[in-house]
Formats: sequence, structure tokens, C-alpha cells
Amino acid sequence: MNGRIFSVVGGMFLLTVCSKGDRSSVQAAPPAAQPAAPAGDVSAAGGTITGKIKFTGTAPRNPAIDMSEEAACKAKYPTTPTEENVVAGPANVLANVFVYVKSGVPVGQTFPAPATPVVLDQNGCRYHPHVLGIMVGQPLEIQNSDPVLHNIKAIAKANRPFNVSQPGAGMKTTRTFSAPEVMVNLECNVHGWMHAYAGVRPDPFYAVTGPDGSFSIKGLPPGTYTIEAWHEKFGTQTATVTIAGTESKTANFTFAAH
Amino acid sequence: MIHALVLLTIVMAQDTAAGRQVYTKWCAGCHGADGKGDGEGARHMIPPPRDFTGNAVYQIRSTASGDLPTDADLLRSIDEGLSGTAMPAWKTRLSDRQRRDVLAYIKAFSTAFSDTTLRPKPLAFSGAPGGGTSAEALRVGRQFYDSIGCRKCHGDQGRGDGPSAPTLKDDGQHPIFAANLHENWRFHGGGTVEDIYRRLRTGLDGTPMPSFSDLIDNKFLTDEQLWRVAQYVRSLSPKEAPVVRDVVHAPLTKTLAHAPDDSAWTSVDVYWFPLVGQVIHKERWFAPAVTGVWVKAVHTADSIALRVVWDDRSESPDTSWLTFVGRVFKTLDGDDSTREQPAAWPDQLIVQFPVSIPSGMERPYFLMGSASAPVYQWRWSSAARTAPVAGLARGIDRFDPLAGGSGPAAQAVYDHGQWRVVLTRALASTDTASQLPFRTGRAIPVAFFASDGSNGEHGTRMAISTWYFLALDEPVPARVFISPVLAMMLTLGLGMLVVWRAQQKTSYRRQQ
Repeated sequence: MNGRIFSVVGGMFLLTVCSKGDRSSVQAAPPAAQPAAPAGDVSAAGGTITGKIKFTGTAPRNPAIDMSEEAACKAKYPTTPTEENVVAGPANVLANVFVYVKSGVPVGQTFPAPATPVVLDQNGCRYHPHVLGIMVGQPLEIQNSDPVLHNIKAIAKANRPFNVSQPGAGMKTTRTFSAPEVMVNLECNVHGWMHAYAGVRPDPFYAVTGPDGSFSIKGLPPGTYTIEAWHEKFGTQTATVTIAGTESKTANFTFAAH
Repeated sequence: MIHALVLLTIVMAQDTAAGRQVYTKWCAGCHGADGKGDGEGARHMIPPPRDFTGNAVYQIRSTASGDLPTDADLLRSIDEGLSGTAMPAWKTRLSDRQRRDVLAYIKAFSTAFSDTTLRPKPLAFSGAPGGGTSAEALRVGRQFYDSIGCRKCHGDQGRGDGPSAPTLKDDGQHPIFAANLHENWRFHGGGTVEDIYRRLRTGLDGTPMPSFSDLIDNKFLTDEQLWRVAQYVRSLSPKEAPVVRDVVHAPLTKTLAHAPDDSAWTSVDVYWFPLVGQVIHKERWFAPAVTGVWVKAVHTADSIALRVVWDDRSESPDTSWLTFVGRVFKTLDGDDSTREQPAAWPDQLIVQFPVSIPSGMERPYFLMGSASAPVYQWRWSSAARTAPVAGLARGIDRFDPLAGGSGPAAQAVYDHGQWRVVLTRALASTDTASQLPFRTGRAIPVAFFASDGSNGEHGTRMAISTWYFLALDEPVPARVFISPVLAMMLTLGLGMLVVWRAQQKTSYRRQQ
């Protein structure tokens, strides 16, 4: 009985997710993903988890990047650019944290991948965004806005790794991931400082914290969930959140910077 | 149907059982009993042996980046081995059946091969366009070599010395060199122009080398232009892999060319000697960076000049390689219990001779002599760059510099991943007991040692050669040139005499 409720609520959620996207997304999805449940006339529903990520202690200084080999990238910065290992805001809020529902989504419930691609831009010899979330089967559009050679290497365990090159501005490559994986590491070997991280999920219940350290995961059906927050330097933390109905719950995380 | 399935299962089971035997005997030593690439030998290898487990990432494929290799791809690596690595060719050592069995066994280490959605499909490769060695083809190839950024890792002249080279690592965080494109006989996937084109299309998965196939789809270049890149890269290596000739002939010249780039050197024969890691004495070294030396020699009536050229990605000492050295040390198990801290060591070249020219076949121990039979060495370092230190080595760990002014002089050039050093010395020696006097007409044993400081090499960590020979060609004596002329003149004279006599007789008879 519970399962049925979940699938109905999930189906309603899917409708909202897919409403913007192209219907061909269903075809683009891997075989494991089922088409959305039959359309209903119920609008968006479900619970929401919001929160803020902070850290205690002093954040390590991000290393300066020596871009002297790439004048075209260097010219895009008024001052010496740095790596983005720890991006913090006022009052120790932490950006670039991938927060996702690690468990609790009913097994067997599937979500079609949106056709709208997630864009990963290489600009100024850095990745934008630095951390991203993407669904299994959803296109990842990798583009180069720099007039220099970048290679994009994905180091993955559950997914097939790849390594492709983009030697000029305007080049685009589209890739998809076939299995959930937190995280797939993306790196450029021409510019050893370039790293990006992709959280690949089978469902849409994930978010990346912005400059204010906050996140919001919407549309969760009722249930008890394990939420994990992942940060590239500070590791992971989990919390358990129970959602009943359309309420909004809070899950704050505090990492320790050593 | 069921029968067929059962039969198939049995056949496959037999394959892997037989494959396991072959694997355990021949492969596990490096690749590990569980296929994780962690066998006993792995601790001494850069690049490390393939890890067959996990999601089965393979460098040498005919498939798109990220795809699995085909059976034919894997069999090719087994059959031919991977040049420039520790992986030998098994075609002549194992039977067809054994190689097929072990292939099946290797694939069983990863579930990826049994995933039907991942079935590999070879890319459709075009054939090489003609005129691949023409100046125009190479010009186009060079143009795209620059525009697609090959030089970032492989360097402006292709010696693996690009600006990104010191930062390169593979998926396992092991250090990795960008290939020296002048040594196609060491390319892992083969050195033909077709092999190079295929690597450009497929990339080398697990390494920093990406696939360039997307460039064609993006109309960044055409397939033919990518072929031109391959043809240009191929043109950087000699037509044939170099062959060792044991004796360096030093012709007699009027003057010595002291500068490494003096045009006088272009007409002198070059000799190549391979170097290998020093694995005899502790601290042993299994990952030498210098793979060989190119040697030329000339001499005048009173002096000798040796020109030694070798490829080295870094002009050491160079602190930008410290992270790389750290990765090298982490990958290789040292003989010492404590791991050494990376430092910016210089590059070094040692040229070794016996103390005196041996009269028979007996020579000192090739690896730096011994206490009872020392060797005479010239030790050149990139830290000083000037005259090498002459001295006597009495074993690998003892070197006694020689005082006195009769040591060699040197001039060195570092240029785009290559050292060119000319060492000169007087033939005669004021200290004939320890400093070899060079003489014509006798083969003089010579050996070469080189270390790349930016690969963590110093002390006993170096690349070594065995004994070869240096022969100072003798001046050709004047009689060699005069005798034939004299003989010709004599013959001509005698012939004319005979003719003259015959004519005399004829005219005498006519008068009669």
C-alpha cells in the first residue's frame, strides 16, 4: 500500500520535473528508467528539505593558480586566480557541497532523466560549476569557452570513464552517465589544477550549496530519508530526516576544517 | 537451445580454468593473483601493470574513449606486448589456445565484459591518405600538432617535455611521462602511422591522453588533417628503430668541434646505445628516464672529442618536478625502509673507460669497476654544466676524483627535451697510471651512465649501459694514396713501351 502511495506521489513529482523538458528525455534515459507514471492533474507536491552548511575552524587557503602558460585564461582575471577547493562565505558558510538523498527513496521507483542538459563550462581555465548534480541518463554538455586545449577526463568506478579533448573555444561534447555515483571526478590534465565533481543520481533529490551555503531539495514523497552532504576536502556527513506530507524540514550540517 | 547453452557454459568454464593456469604461471607475477595489477613485480614498474578488475579500463583499444576493448584489442596486447613497458610479447611463448584461454580469464576479472549494454564496437578507421611523408603533409601535420595542443604535454619538439608534463598522472595517481615522440619503437600501442592515428582517435584511457575523435565531429579538423598529425608524429622518429653497433669509430679530423651544435658534427657517424635501469646494486632503480644515448666521436692528432646526446624531459635541477618525483617514489618500492624525500637533483652523464687499454679480452667490471680494478670516468653534471670531474671509480659507491689539469673539458646545450654534451680531452695523459691515454688502432672499452634528476635519479639510481668500444681511426698513411698512382703510371709506361717497340718493328719491316 505504501509503495502505491509512493509511486503516485513520485509520478506527480515527475510530471513537474518533466514539464519543462522535452519528451524525448524518456528515450534518452537508460533502459533501467521507466517512463513517468500516467499523467494526473495534481500539481507539485511533496516535502522539502532545506538547510545550511557551515564549518568550524579556519578554512585552508586555496592555492593560487599559475596560469602563465595560458595567457588567454590569465587575462580573464584581474588578480591571481585560485583553486576552489574550499569556497566559503560570511559566517563560515560553505558552498559547493553536494547534498543528496542517499537512501529512503523506495527501491524500484524510477525517474526519467530530464532532456535538459547540465552544462559544464570551461572558462578561464576553471570549471563552472565546480560541483554539479546530474541524473543518470541526463546529458552532460561540456563546453569550452577558452581558446586553449582542455581535455576532460572522467574518473569513475560505477560509470565508464572517458577522456576527450577540446582544443578550441566553442567546442561541445555531450556525455551521459549510466549509473549512480557520488562522485565522478572530472579533471583536465593539461591544467592540473582543474577539477570538477559530478554527483550522479538515479532520482532528482539532490542539490549543490550556493555561495550562501544553503540548499533545498524539493518534491520528496513522505518517508524517512538519509541525507548525505559531500565536500571535496571535508568529507561526508549524514542526517536522517522524516517527511510526512508537504511539510518543509531543516537539515543543517557543520563540517570541521582542520 | 538449452543444450547449446549448457555446452557453451562448459566450453567457457574450460576456457577460464585453462586460462587460470596460464594466468597463474605467467601473468600473476605482475598483474597479481586477483588481477588487481598488484603482483610482486608491480612494485618495480612504471607504468604499473594493468588492473583487470573494477570497470576494466584499457589503454590500447580500437573503440571510443570510455568503451571496453574488443577481444582483438586485448589479444593484440597479449600477442605483441606493450613496447616501452614491462609487458612482453606472448605470441611466441604461448600457444594460440593458451592465449585465447588467458584472454577469457582476464576478462572474467571485471563484470563490465559480461554487461551486454557495454559490448564494445570498434571505430570505423579510415585508411591513411597518400603522400604522408611529403613536405606539405608534414607542414599540415605540424600545423595541427600545434593547434590541437599536442605540445602542451609532448613538447614543442615532441620529446615529452611540454609545460604540463611534470603534472601528469594516471588514474591510479602513478606518475606518467608524456611519450617522447622521437622514440616510436617505445610507443605502447605500436609505432606505425596507423597505430598513431588510432591512438589519436581512441585516446589512451586511464592516462591523460584524450581521444581526438570529437574534433572531427565538431569540424575542428578533418579526418585527413588528423592523419597528417599522425604522419607528422611518425616523421619525428627514425625510419627504423636504432640498431646497436658495438664500435664507435672516431675519424681523424683537422680540428675539434667543441660546440655541441657545430655544423662539423653533422657529417660524423652516429651510434646509439640503449640504457637500462641499474638493478644490480642497492639502491636499485627500475624506472630509468633516459632510454639511450646517441654518440659521435672525432679526434685530431692530439685530442679527442665525444659528443653524447640524450633525451631528457627536464633541465634539472628543476623544482617544478618535485611532485612528480614524489609520485615516482610512492609508486616504486625502494630498497630502503624509509622513503626518501623528493629533492631537485641535477642530471648526470658518466662516460667510463678502463684505466688503460686492455691487451686481451679482460675488462674491468662494467658497473663502475671494483676495488682491485678501478675504471676511469668522466662525471658531467647539469648543476655545473662545465668540465666534468675525472676520477677513478672503485665500485658503484666509491669515486675518487683525480687532481691535476689533464681532465676533460665540456660544452653542453639543453634544447627542448634534449641534452647535447661535447667532452674533449688531450689524447696523451700526464698520469698514465690512472688517466687513460687514448691511442689509435686499438679498441678502447667505453660505457655510459645517465641519470635524470627530475625522475628522482641520483647516486645508484640511474640508467646504465654495458661495455662498448671506441676506435680512433688511424691516419691513412701517404703510401695508401701514392701506391696505386705509381702502379698505374708504371703500367701505363710499360704499355707505351711495348706499343712503341711494336711500332718500331712495324716501320722497320715496311722500310725493308
